[in-house]
Amino acid sequence: MKVAYWPGCVSRGFTPELHGSMAKVAPLLDMELVELDRASCCGAGVIAEHSQELADTLNARTFALAQQTGQPMMMNICSTCQGSQTECQERLDANAEYRERINATLEPDGLRYDKGEVLNKNLLWLLVEDFGLDELRNRVKRPLKDLKVGPFYGCYIIRPTDRLGIDEEKPRDRYLHMLIEALGGTVIEYAGQHKCCGFPIITMNKEASLKQAARHLGDALDAAADCLVTPCPLCHLNLDLQQPLAERYGGRDLGLPVLHLPQLVGLALGLDADDLGLARHVVKPTTVVDWSQSVVAGVGGSQSAGW
Amino acid sequence: MSEFKLRLRRYDPESGSAPYWAEYSVDLEGHRSVLEGILQAKGETDGSIGIRCSCRAAICGSCGVLINGKTALACHTHLDKAARHAKDGVIEVEPMSNMPVIKDLIVDMDAVHWKKQQRVTPWLINKEPIPEREYIAPHESMVDITQSMACIQCGACVSSCLSMEIDPLFVGPAALAKAYRFVGDPRDAQQYERLKDLAEDPHGMYDCTHCFNCIEACPKGVAPMNQIMRLRRVAGDHEIVDRNNGHRHESAFVTLVKDYGLLHEAELLPRSYGGDSWFGKFHPNAGKELLDSLPVVVKGLMRRKMNPKIALFGHKLPKDALGEVQRIFDTVESRPARDELNLYIKGYDEDDSGAQDSGAGGPEHANNAPDQGQPGQEPEESPVR
Ligand code: SF4
Ligand code: SF4
Ligand code: FES
Repeated sequence: MKVAYWPGCVSRGFTPELHGSMAKVAPLLDMELVELDRASCCGAGVIAEHSQELADTLNARTFALAQQTGQPMMMNICSTCQGSQTECQERLDANAEYRERINATLEPDGLRYDKGEVLNKNLLWLLVEDFGLDELRNRVKRPLKDLKVGPFYGCYIIRPTDRLGIDEEKPRDRYLHMLIEALGGTVIEYAGQHKCCGFPIITMNKEASLKQAARHLGDALDAAADCLVTPCPLCHLNLDLQQPLAERYGGRDLGLPVLHLPQLVGLALGLDADDLGLARHVVKPTTVVDWSQSVVAGVGGSQSAGW
Repeated sequence: MSEFKLRLRRYDPESGSAPYWAEYSVDLEGHRSVLEGILQAKGETDGSIGIRCSCRAAICGSCGVLINGKTALACHTHLDKAARHAKDGVIEVEPMSNMPVIKDLIVDMDAVHWKKQQRVTPWLINKEPIPEREYIAPHESMVDITQSMACIQCGACVSSCLSMEIDPLFVGPAALAKAYRFVGDPRDAQQYERLKDLAEDPHGMYDCTHCFNCIEACPKGVAPMNQIMRLRRVAGDHEIVDRNNGHRHESAFVTLVKDYGLLHEAELLPRSYGGDSWFGKFHPNAGKELLDSLPVVVKGLMRRKMNPKIALFGHKLPKDALGEVQRIFDTVESRPARDELNLYIKGYDEDDSGAQDSGAGGPEHANNAPDQGQPGQEPEESPVR
């Protein structure tokens, strides 16, 4: 499958291992990525907070660039991109007059957004709905046997449910669960799976922000998770990069590795942990990968089972 | 008629014993409400079940509870739908979160919800001099606040708020939506003071994490989070630079995307603390923050998590692409007035044959309230289906 690919900013900035692991995983899924390297930041809700029209125009430009690739499918690898772009797309699609006004701004650069021409899906949705979990199961080389994985979705990809097309037919708020199982892992249900990582207020109320991260990490640990997996690099910043600080604000030791979605998929498809950038995380995923032998699966889990 | 099973969270603080679960079977048609189910259990099985209700029609706002872990009005949730979403077929009903429990499903709204409403001065502070006759307000400005006026004070958003779960002092979604009701009202005399107060409060408008839970929970389509974003936007218009870095964070973000086309995270943090320019990182506040985060940054660099070059200089769009992005900024920012398309008010195009028949539908179109609580027409289809 060929897709217009929007990697986002954070996946090329503070979490380069996300963009890198996606590039490694794509060929194993017969995915050809046409990178939208001229597109701008989605605004992560913050530009819309400043000016809705500005955010809508910037994202309309991104959709227009995707349209130019001739691919009906645009793929992102970030919950926050998915949510904020879908919000803009909803407004663009809702009102023809508004859409034309935005298109008028794009016109001097020969760009135009047409309703119904771009379907923007996160890798997670694409894997479940288009690639198919059965097909994925067939390609698993190294089932994540004994690996206990807690899903962490990120707010933007699960709420509001009507805008994001989540219903009984498309339970997109359960897709990570389904995916972990398809890869052979064990799903850990815990209180924080659909909650907020706290990142958006990290500069405004650091304590509240990191206490949120600490609580969800702690809940997952208490439910015996070996690691978390998230489709959102911003969640990854609060959950992994800031985890040492979250420990301080949460008042407990954590040390829970957090994987990006393509990393988890890559491990099951047989890729090497180092190639997937797992060594770059702040919390080294020693409970996921036995680095001495480079084998995957609940290393921490089996160790504690031996006690 | 079909049988539905309910599992209610029971608790009587005066008994001295811990909360417990109790199961009840009720016989009702699937389209009847969870509230009717609870009332049947109360009427036929156990009269001591505590539940607050009045209108049974999603108007009075008394019957907020958690149904299968999510906040909703019991009278506004069908039994069959609730049963489908239950993890084991038994509909689980608990008292709302973020508020103390008085008994069973009844929470203390006074202690939290109403206190927070009081916090935002929930009445009009009229302008002087008082006109001889009524105040005249432009139609559009009143339309703008109809969404926040639709609130029935049920507290569902308060119960669902993920920021309040961690920071109980947060003013919260319902009260902030109420604050916008007056900030957006041209007859109010103290918009600046209201905004300044809520911007400077460390638990005020900048304490919202943008988690969408209140939008999801609200039975009336008030979308409290959107009202909070409006408060922030208008605070920006008033040039209120708060001590919580809220405004600095927003303007730093916008400026960085304008300068680079992409987000430059390494600049965002120091600028949010220090100020929106390249010099921001030399401000004492930024230094303090950097010291606090130093172990994280060093660890990140050691693991080659951040590429030092990107960390320092950021990634940037190719020059011509950046030019296009900057032209968009210039065009939109130079408009005389900000354009906001509020779908609650405007609704969705009935068909999309062209610009001429679009959009300008006023609130007169906004009267039927379907399940998700969007009084405007429902989107025929989500853009991502
Ligand atoms: S969006 Fe903000 S106000 Fe609404 S529930 Fe989340 S944190 Fe609370
Ligand atoms: S904003 Fe909505 S959920 Fe919150 S109190 Fe008002 S009606 Fe209830
Ligand atoms: S009983 Fe009035 S809102 Fe439910």
